Amino acid sequence: MGAAKQIRVKVNDVDHDAVIDPRTSLADFLRGELGLTGTHVGCEHGVCGVCNVLVDGRSVRSCLMLAVQADGRDVRTVEGLADGEKLHPIQEAFMEEYGLQCGFCTPGFMMSICELLERNPDPSDEEIMEVIGGSICRCTGYDSILRSVRTAAAKLGGARA
Amino acid sequence: MSEEAKFRWIGTRVVRPDGVDKVTGRATYGADFALPDMLWGRVLRSPHAHARILSVDTSRALAHDGVEAVITSQDLPDIPSEEAFVGEQPTNFRELSHNVMARGKVLYHGHALAAVAATTPEIAASALDLIEVDYEVLPHVLDMPAAMAASAPSLHRDLEPAGFAAGATVPPNVSRRIELGHGEPDQGFAAADVVVEREFTTKPVHQGYIEPHACLVQANPDDDITIWSSSQGHFMVRAYTAKLLGIELSKVRAIPAEIGGGFGGKTTVYLEPLAAQLSRISGRPVKMVMSREEVFRATGPALGTRIRVKMGCKQDGRLTGAEAVLHYEAGAFPGSPVQAGAMTMFAPYELEHVRVTGYDVLVNKPKTAAYRAPGAPMGAFAVETVIDELAEKLEIDPIELRLRNAARKGTQAPFGPRYREIGCVETLEALRSHPHYTAPLGPNQGRGVALGFWFNAGMQSSAGLNVNEDGSVSVISGNPDIGGSRASLALMAAEEMGIDYEKVGAWIADTASIGFSDITGGSRVTFATGMAVVEAARDVKRQLCERAAAIWEVEPERVKWVEGEARLEGEPDREPLGLVDLAQRAARTGGPISGRASLTARGVGMAFGAHICDVEVDPETGRVEVIRYTAVQDAGRAIHPSYVEGQMQGGAAQGIGWALNEEYVYDEDGKMCNPSFLDYRMPVASDLPMIDTVIVEVPNPRHPYGVRGVGEVPIVPPIPAVVNAVHAATGVRYFDLPLSPPRVLAGIEAAADRGA
Repeated sequence: MGAAKQIRVKVNDVDHDAVIDPRTSLADFLRGELGLTGTHVGCEHGVCGVCNVLVDGRSVRSCLMLAVQADGRDVRTVEGLADGEKLHPIQEAFMEEYGLQCGFCTPGFMMSICELLERNPDPSDEEIMEVIGGSICRCTGYDSILRSVRTAAAKLGGARA
Repeated sequence: MSEEAKFRWIGTRVVRPDGVDKVTGRATYGADFALPDMLWGRVLRSPHAHARILSVDTSRALAHDGVEAVITSQDLPDIPSEEAFVGEQPTNFRELSHNVMARGKVLYHGHALAAVAATTPEIAASALDLIEVDYEVLPHVLDMPAAMAASAPSLHRDLEPAGFAAGATVPPNVSRRIELGHGEPDQGFAAADVVVEREFTTKPVHQGYIEPHACLVQANPDDDITIWSSSQGHFMVRAYTAKLLGIELSKVRAIPAEIGGGFGGKTTVYLEPLAAQLSRISGRPVKMVMSREEVFRATGPALGTRIRVKMGCKQDGRLTGAEAVLHYEAGAFPGSPVQAGAMTMFAPYELEHVRVTGYDVLVNKPKTAAYRAPGAPMGAFAVETVIDELAEKLEIDPIELRLRNAARKGTQAPFGPRYREIGCVETLEALRSHPHYTAPLGPNQGRGVALGFWFNAGMQSSAGLNVNEDGSVSVISGNPDIGGSRASLALMAAEEMGIDYEKVGAWIADTASIGFSDITGGSRVTFATGMAVVEAARDVKRQLCERAAAIWEVEPERVKWVEGEARLEGEPDREPLGLVDLAQRAARTGGPISGRASLTARGVGMAFGAHICDVEVDPETGRVEVIRYTAVQDAGRAIHPSYVEGQMQGGAAQGIGWALNEEYVYDEDGKMCNPSFLDYRMPVASDLPMIDTVIVEVPNPRHPYGVRGVGEVPIVPPIPAVVNAVHAATGVRYFDLPLSPPRVLAGIEAAADRGA
């Protein structure tokens, strides 16, 4: 084990100072140290995408990133998606379009879709599929997730849906 | 129930009660619980497929700084053989105990043989390396022909094979023989104009739930044990944990977490008894979370199979006879779903002569577990592929051939009884009239169809319905919600009570707070637990009418519950009493108003599904792309159509993955080579087309709202639908799964060589 390391990370607009084992993954830091268990872990090797969070606005697999790499950066998790009690349009869309069954993959999908819609408010179906193809859902068959993204884009002011 | 019945809530697409929790990250899954002073448990797993455990020395691990407890099978009671029906299929507690913690021998690579609890997960992991195990490696068997060879090593010396005639020669490692059917298939084949006989194989596949198994267990000094875990049934968790530790059920409280997918794979336990014992020894709460690799190596996949099918047909398309021999890989302990496979495979057809023989075979692989319609998709693969070949040979449309033989009310099922109201014909007709069936196809494209059957389960359920002080209603059940059952139960409660859906809360209670409920499995929750909810609501309505009668000082018979309020018959001017009025006056009219129902649900509605699949096959690489897919299914009545469609799409997606990509790959030492989502490839969005759905509704007359289970039958037709489509595209028949590019290409090249 290496020497403990001091980090400062902004998570959902709140600064956190922590002293951590340098091999701690960002996912374990968020879940274990900060209690933000909305970020899930499904495969520990960057394939399933349920641990997706935004770091400086870019979607990353938090199981593959070390917490020390997030030092000085701005992390956003599913807990930071809603504005207080007001759900984010992506969250509303997933509920309205039945974009989830068990819900375990949902936070990861929503974070990568958040990155997509912030970059491109009016994505084509192909562009949506490119992003949701990066995560695994075993329950839905993906059709309802695609619909959720279209609806979210429409709610956010994109025209296509 | 009359067909004209008008519903206010049944059949509507409301937002689910657990929606906000799940989109905000607040929902707590198995790995999300924590307690102060908690330890982390890890499992030592066998590096051999078959070995005798000569000795286990845990002293160095125990001495390691931060390690608080180490257990082996010596720390668990050696319980006697006892058969019980707690999960989805019969379970032997002794075998379950030996699967959770190996005793004497390890029987597969990944088999648990010791567990450690330490202050951090890292210390627990490093302590595993300090456990010294002396093995005597034994020869192993990885496939059924090897396991059944006369010289094969036996996995279990004390195996008592069932179902064989006295004096019969029983091959090694066969735990059970089953046989069912009626008539004389040979007579049927003699009368046939065409007979097709084929042999099929399928590989083990994993359920692939994204949430790994996880639990937190706290044992108190007085031996009360509290379990938080993700499972398909917390009463199952309670029963198995108590049994394996040799304690009474009343000592154990199991609290259900949200479940991140199960598909049958979470109908048993792996971690909870170990965490409980580690907690008892250490006196501290113990949390255990499996890695994905452990999930692949050590939790029940669905089984591999070898199936021989023979079917005969007349020129006019009437089936004359059917016969099958099934070999189902149980894994390291008996208990494959060979019986269900045998019962379901020919179930969609009216057959005068049908016989199925099946064998449950042990191999040095993980003990298999249920997977969505356990045992049925493999049987359907074999039968529906042979039916497709018969249709081709007879030049009869494949849906028409199925319709000419389709089971109807009164048809004798291969497993004995005559069907009641079923929707097999209606499902096939909806499939035939779908525009997909006649849409044009391009080059290298082909279309396949297939039909599937699943029984659905009833079993035991409990439900409670409380009228709260403000007139809202809480519906409480004992079944983990795996696919939207809180929504379907709340809808039935709102409908029955005649109140707004928004007035109904739906909650899942722990094992100390609701009557016993069997697992969430067998597509049974909306059907059976829904029945309990309806009974509880009717109990509450009767009480509400009595309270109103007391207030009005009239005979209770004169009060009727209509549209969410008590009305006095014959006095239309009397102001009705609603839920709010009666709730507010409850204290003065007899106390809280609550209803309860505990029942064994009878009158299961059997389910049929039929699918159309279009594929395009790349003749250069053998890659199969599914380009269009339609699933049709009889739901009896769809309580929440969006969730029914979700089950149909999800089942189809899993079936497509099974057909094209998914398989356990073993090396010759019996070690799984692909225990990761990178190498065990499940479908992602770009692998699948939009899966179109059509819900057929042939109501089940023995359910208050006509419900049939919907969760399992959608995985039955996809494999043969895909395989038949690949045949249509390439002209090649495939009999071995999965249809990965190398296998498809080899088939195309072999056909070209034969043609050349």
